[in-house]
Amino acid sequence: MVYTERVDGRKFDELRHMEAKAGVIPNANGAAYFKMGNTVAYAAVYGPRELFPRFLQDPKKGLLRCHYNMLPFSGSGERIRPGGNRRAQEISMVMNAALNPVVDLSAFPNAVVDIYVEFPQTDAGTRCAAICAASIALADAGIPMRDMVAAVAIGQVDGTVVADINYNEEAYPAIVSDIPVAMMHNTKEVTLLQMDGEISKKDLMKALEMAKIATEKIYALQKKALKEKFTYE
Amino acid sequence: MIINKEAITQLAKANKRLDGRGLLDYREPIRIETNISWTAEGSAKVQIGETVVLAGVKMSIDKPYNDTPDEGGITVNVELLPLSSPDYESGPPGPKAIELARVTDRGIREAKAIDMKKLCIKPGEKAWFVCIDIITINDAGNLFDAASLASLAALKAAKFPVVDPKTGAIDYHTKTEEKLPLLKEPLAVTVYKINGCFLVDPTSEEESSYDARLSVASDDNGIISALQKGGNTPLSTEEISKVLDIALDKAKFLRKILNKELGF
Repeated sequence: MVYTERVDGRKFDELRHMEAKAGVIPNANGAAYFKMGNTVAYAAVYGPRELFPRFLQDPKKGLLRCHYNMLPFSGSGERIRPGGNRRAQEISMVMNAALNPVVDLSAFPNAVVDIYVEFPQTDAGTRCAAICAASIALADAGIPMRDMVAAVAIGQVDGTVVADINYNEEAYPAIVSDIPVAMMHNTKEVTLLQMDGEISKKDLMKALEMAKIATEKIYALQKKALKEKFTYE
Repeated sequence: MIINKEAITQLAKANKRLDGRGLLDYREPIRIETNISWTAEGSAKVQIGETVVLAGVKMSIDKPYNDTPDEGGITVNVELLPLSSPDYESGPPGPKAIELARVTDRGIREAKAIDMKKLCIKPGEKAWFVCIDIITINDAGNLFDAASLASLAALKAAKFPVVDPKTGAIDYHTKTEEKLPLLKEPLAVTVYKINGCFLVDPTSEEESSYDARLSVASDDNGIISALQKGGNTPLSTEEISKVLDIALDKAKFLRKILNKELGF
């Protein structure tokens, strides 16, 4: 059996339908709505603001803090009990690592920038959607940034490398690898890389090449969303 | 947030508000959208001015409670997300979230809005349990009314998931056409008293400047199903009578919008 046709009929390098909007939460300093297929993320940025507890304050640089959370009704199975879990903690951590390289922390010494990401509905690729939304929200908040970050989950389904895998592909009855990748737009450097499944080095490099092209498409959408917000008639 | 408490209280005396609205005017737009989450059995997004809340209904099968062996149940939970306001922090729900959840819960539960007996699958063994999660996207005031509107809209939109007749397992990926057995449609309106005057749909700033408030949940026939007084100032019986008139009238107004937005 070879994976010749994708479960939802997309081309191998085709991303799901995406939507992005900047500034959807008036209370926040910056915000974004990012939709990728049936995965929907809201991101809000608060700060720079005073950092507590005080011992975390650093007079040389500020702190970026990511909070990833799935809403109780956003899982495709049973209700998710609110309050953190190990998965959300880990994803918050890798999100931080994915965004830290582009944020100029020296611009807000002693202070913190909090990023909250919430999902009303999910269909795989949530950490990537979280990073895409957070990147727009940070820019919307005017946080000094060196670059934008876009992320996509590349998959390998039964030997075939595909872009932006969804839940049905993850659950495909064969060997499936899931490779979330985040990349900086200007340098094409990788800021998030995880993988689970089984894959050869050759295919992994192929996946990274695919991620380069895919994140470029996402970057174009992120830029468009920000331009729309800051263009006045 | 800078609170212009002085200005708010003085303006109220002259029947005016900081944002130029009349005391009994809601902010615009009021928008209600259902089925905003494919993973929930029912869901809704409600916007009142800049306030945005989501409600999601999840259903599960569980053993009925011992004192009501032939009934299902409902739970209402509110999360005031730190995403929605700089005033909210991560962590377990605080008093504000709990009060909001309980007032919304009572409005629905005590009106007997859901036919709990119809939720029973096998007495003493299996029944449907409905959980409504209300979450804030942007809190710009009047969460009480927004939460109530969102819960009712999500309940109205909810459809049971498919159950495997052999194993009894729920297939959350497929929904049936069967809707929740709704007998009544309660809506809550909270009326605020500021400097002797009554107003509805407060902004966050007005919520920080009020003397007393009364939440009133009522159904389509104007029957009241839940009340909650808040604030550190008392209300006279005459004032309560006046508040009830306002609340019942505004519930009608919100109900009209809900039915229009949902296409009924």
